[in-house]
Amino acid sequence: MTDVVQKADAAQKTTARPAAASGFSFSLSAGNFDRIMNVASPLFLLLLWEVAARLGWIDVRFFPAPSKIFQTMLTLIENGQLWIHLKSSMYRLWWGFLFGAIPALLLGISMGLSRPLRAICDPLVAATYPIPKSAILPLILLIFGLGEASKIVMVAIGLFYPILINTMAGVLEIPKIYFDVSKNFGASRFQVFRTVALPGAMPMIMTGVKLGVGLGLILISLAEMVGAKSGLGYMMWNAWEILSVETMYVGLIVIAALGVVFTLILNEIERYLVPWKNTR
Amino acid sequence: MSTDAATAAPATAGTDVKIRLKNLTKTFETKRGPFLALDNLTLDIPTGCFFMIVGPSGCGKTTLLRILAGLETHTSGTVEISKPAGGRPSNSMIFQGDSLFPWMTVWENAAYGLNMRHKPKTEIKDRVGFFLGRTGMTRFADHYPHQLSGGMRQRVSICRAFANDPDILLMDEPFSALDEQNKVLLQEELLKIWEETRKTVLFITHSVDEAVTLGDRIMVMSAHPGRDKATLDVPFERPREVLELRARPEYGEFVYKIWSYLREEVHRARAQDEGSSS
Repeated sequence: MTDVVQKADAAQKTTARPAAASGFSFSLSAGNFDRIMNVASPLFLLLLWEVAARLGWIDVRFFPAPSKIFQTMLTLIENGQLWIHLKSSMYRLWWGFLFGAIPALLLGISMGLSRPLRAICDPLVAATYPIPKSAILPLILLIFGLGEASKIVMVAIGLFYPILINTMAGVLEIPKIYFDVSKNFGASRFQVFRTVALPGAMPMIMTGVKLGVGLGLILISLAEMVGAKSGLGYMMWNAWEILSVETMYVGLIVIAALGVVFTLILNEIERYLVPWKNTR
Repeated sequence: MSTDAATAAPATAGTDVKIRLKNLTKTFETKRGPFLALDNLTLDIPTGCFFMIVGPSGCGKTTLLRILAGLETHTSGTVEISKPAGGRPSNSMIFQGDSLFPWMTVWENAAYGLNMRHKPKTEIKDRVGFFLGRTGMTRFADHYPHQLSGGMRQRVSICRAFANDPDILLMDEPFSALDEQNKVLLQEELLKIWEETRKTVLFITHSVDEAVTLGDRIMVMSAHPGRDKATLDVPFERPREVLELRARPEYGEFVYKIWSYLREEVHRARAQDEGSSS
């Protein structure tokens, strides 16, 4: 068994190593290479875009040059507009995160631990999960009004499902022996929850949170386009109405940047919460 | 019951009985119908006895241990375990294979039982520190299990059980996944720690060598269903040196004796497996 694995490993190494070695004359650790590439690939794309816009390869009415977009961004930062919109989007995202993630986490672990609860909730989750969250926006607006609540609820609903499903799967994947150990060593129900189910499912929970936060960003932009007077989504919708294409791109870039920042933050949190799985 | 009546050897000093099983039977419901795992098992384990159960795989040894550990229920018969004094736990199990929590450090794993019982911090520190020291794991207290070798992981598993200070230690083939050298090392370490505490041990193995090396008394179990085939007292004094003991001619004779009971069972278990698979 192990012999075969080692041979496969060795085969991989011999094919992978020379390619990497010929590409870089200086030696990079795998981690540093990843970090550099994380920054370099989007920068390269921006550069390509700028060149294409200046040379007239693309229609600048729809695809203004990045330098133009950054000028608009600076203006929006200087007059405080961007900050106002960013702040209200973040506020909604934060509360939506809390109201979505915490119930999802608790229910997910409980469903993973309790077979009857799983039998009760599984069909409900399966039936409601595939409903497009954007399709229930009108209903949410009707119930919660045009104020903050409807946006927070949208984000919460979006986050809820990926975190719930991943958390439950995470608990179900924990080998049975760990539950045997906790039982034999006299752990109470709450102690099993805290010392086995929660840490054991944590890698999957973090995957769910990452998926959920991405979905939250999508849904907050959408919700703000329809029923809001502030937020990044509103800013972009408003820019469409006054035909300010650059402002639309600023909105897109800020949302994209938020996606990156959140991923980096969540990766750090994961490294802290799952120290036993970070060596890969 | 026992074909070889146990003549009290000096090693089994305890006179009172710690675990008493009467007509213990366990049936599993399977798709093919009921499966008899343990059949009418009657057994006394004296206090302070290092009790070994040897049997072919699938003879219900693990089922017996899991019933005693409270992880499984029995179908009929009685299990009597005398209650420990002073709120100490009745038993702690050392599991087969990897049972350390991957998300806890060596220290946290070894302290698990004490933490679950909300023991005072100083007591936890003393006890865990002591047993990690006795097994040479102090240096690795902050390591995670995936950073350790199989032998080291099983040492921590032993620490976790001993630090919990239970009345009875239940061991389910704890060394079966280890290589021969590590096995001997860990057997020696286990004997040393055990000598200091002399707790009642119920140890399951399929290795006759291991049974004779470690045990005071050996029960050979039959396969499908699990029955008491023979119970023998191990005639070797303590403390024992594993390698020195194994070099003695009496050791070989005794191992052969156990084997003669076991051989038949192994063949029978194999015949049954082949019969059911074809």
